[in-house]
Amino acid sequence: MPHVHQLPFEKPLYELEERLLKLEAQPDPTPAEKESMRRMRVELTQMTRERYQNLDAWQTVQVSRHPERPQTPDYLELVFDEFVELHGDRSFGDDRAIVTGFAKLAGRKVMLVGHQKGRNLKERNECCYGCAHPEGYRKAMQKMEMASRYGLPIVCLIDTPGAFPGVGAEERGQAYNIAVNLRDMSTLEVPIVCVVIGEGGSGGALGIGMGDHVAVLEFAYYSVISPEGCAGILWKHARHADKAARALRFTSKDLLELGIVDEVIPEPLGGAHRNHFGMATTLKGSLVEAIQSLEGLPVPELLERRYQRYRKIGRFEEVGQLPTA
Amino acid sequence: MSTVENTETQSSAASVRPAKRSVPDGLWLRCDACNATLFRKQVEQNLNVCPECGHHFYVPTASRICQLLDPDSFEEWFAEMSPSDPLGFSDRKPYRERLIDEQRKTGMRDACTVGRGYMRGRPLVFGMTDSAFIMGSMGSVVGEKLTRAVEKATELKLPLVIVSGSGGGARMHEGIVSLMQMGKVSAALARFRKARGLFISVLTNPTMGGVAASFASLGDVTIAEPKALIGFAGPRVVFQTCKIELPEGFQTSEFLLKHGFVDRIVHRAELRTELARIIDYCGG
Repeated sequence: MPHVHQLPFEKPLYELEERLLKLEAQPDPTPAEKESMRRMRVELTQMTRERYQNLDAWQTVQVSRHPERPQTPDYLELVFDEFVELHGDRSFGDDRAIVTGFAKLAGRKVMLVGHQKGRNLKERNECCYGCAHPEGYRKAMQKMEMASRYGLPIVCLIDTPGAFPGVGAEERGQAYNIAVNLRDMSTLEVPIVCVVIGEGGSGGALGIGMGDHVAVLEFAYYSVISPEGCAGILWKHARHADKAARALRFTSKDLLELGIVDEVIPEPLGGAHRNHFGMATTLKGSLVEAIQSLEGLPVPELLERRYQRYRKIGRFEEVGQLPTA
Repeated sequence: MSTVENTETQSSAASVRPAKRSVPDGLWLRCDACNATLFRKQVEQNLNVCPECGHHFYVPTASRICQLLDPDSFEEWFAEMSPSDPLGFSDRKPYRERLIDEQRKTGMRDACTVGRGYMRGRPLVFGMTDSAFIMGSMGSVVGEKLTRAVEKATELKLPLVIVSGSGGGARMHEGIVSLMQMGKVSAALARFRKARGLFISVLTNPTMGGVAASFASLGDVTIAEPKALIGFAGPRVVFQTCKIELPEGFQTSEFLLKHGFVDRIVHRAELRTELARIIDYCGG
């Protein structure tokens, strides 16, 4: 299988894989060749596991942005049994960067909200590479509000570099619409499960990310600012993105330690991009479990839990000294 | 402009905290907008507004409180709450050091002040962010203080006024913890709203990013000072993304008014009167 997009740190893996493929392509291998193929397969597995167990923050960002990484439309096919897309925000348009609609998850009816980055250039341009405009956040809120009225649990799949920074977005109230989503998602009377499946880019992610259960895939990240943006401001150049990535502590392990996410969903060997089906199966299991655990809660308790989930985040000193001048 | 406002304001200016960085040091200063050379004291007496062109200069927390609330009526809450360093963050300078430098420079522990006060005799809960402290960005302290202020306002059934001055949005140095403060404050405002609390959001120069995309945009009534920079993405980022010349007055108060995101643009001298009037309309 030709790999169009190879990450720099994956190079040795692909080299080994190629050698293995060449051997496998030979007709009638000798027992010695068979043995060496077997060894190479074992080595490949070990090497992949090792590389992926020791990814640094910047490599994680590269994996989370891998063009072959499964996106919302892939999960719509692999995780959900049915999807009835609902378009439009009722006041401006239909933002392709966020897809919304009724879906069936293991027999359950849910409302699905997910970022969409696009697979080819045409789609990517339509979706602004997963950067939603105000109408996207408005569309999401309108559908989620309806879900709340009809008792449908909400599943949000987050995968965005950030909300779109453009003239039109500012004219149509990017800040306002995200703010409204944060406020109003906190009051929806149905379980909300959010999963960061790739990039969790700042307000653009949180705009559909106020949930009862927030999970992150193993090699996804969730950050207040993109590593490039942070590097540009604090290190004065985007080329220091790797340093910013380390400093921001936004990998799944960090997020769990900091109490930002409730669950890290493990990815298949070598990342989700190598095994869409495997990833989808694990994700499905997690989603079902999360919804099941929330379904039975009475609404006041659900809302109180959601409120406290965010209420407790923050680290400060109640009484701190002021340095003398 | 009302001169009564001015004298009233100045009489109690010294009682809260020393005004810092309001206008550059020195006897004279130059207006950023009209380039006029101005007598510093005259500008200060004019609520830090340029007497020539009406340009609104930055106002430090203490002066803002004096300008808006009745003399000596402000009771500060959680004054000693101080930032910590949840990530152990360091860029070219460790965040802990940066905090100490900022605290020395401003005399504040963090960018936010909240409390209770009176506005022309009307009790209210008041909060503000000060752009002098790490761009007025929202980290844990700002998020926590504002959330507590909103919860207090809900409990005491008082109107809430928050004056935002945050060029930084969510504070990068506290990473994802800062981002979550947006959700925390917004959720508290949802409860306040359900309890029929009145929230007036006052946007001053600058109000950007995560602050604009959370509490600052959620006012029942949104007031902006003239020509303030208000928006989600910084103008430089927008320019780099769109590669087109930005429209004139892009992301100013006037731009937001035109596009429907601000109720009124109010000159600083009229701010207290306007706020008091709105509180009266909403039964505060």
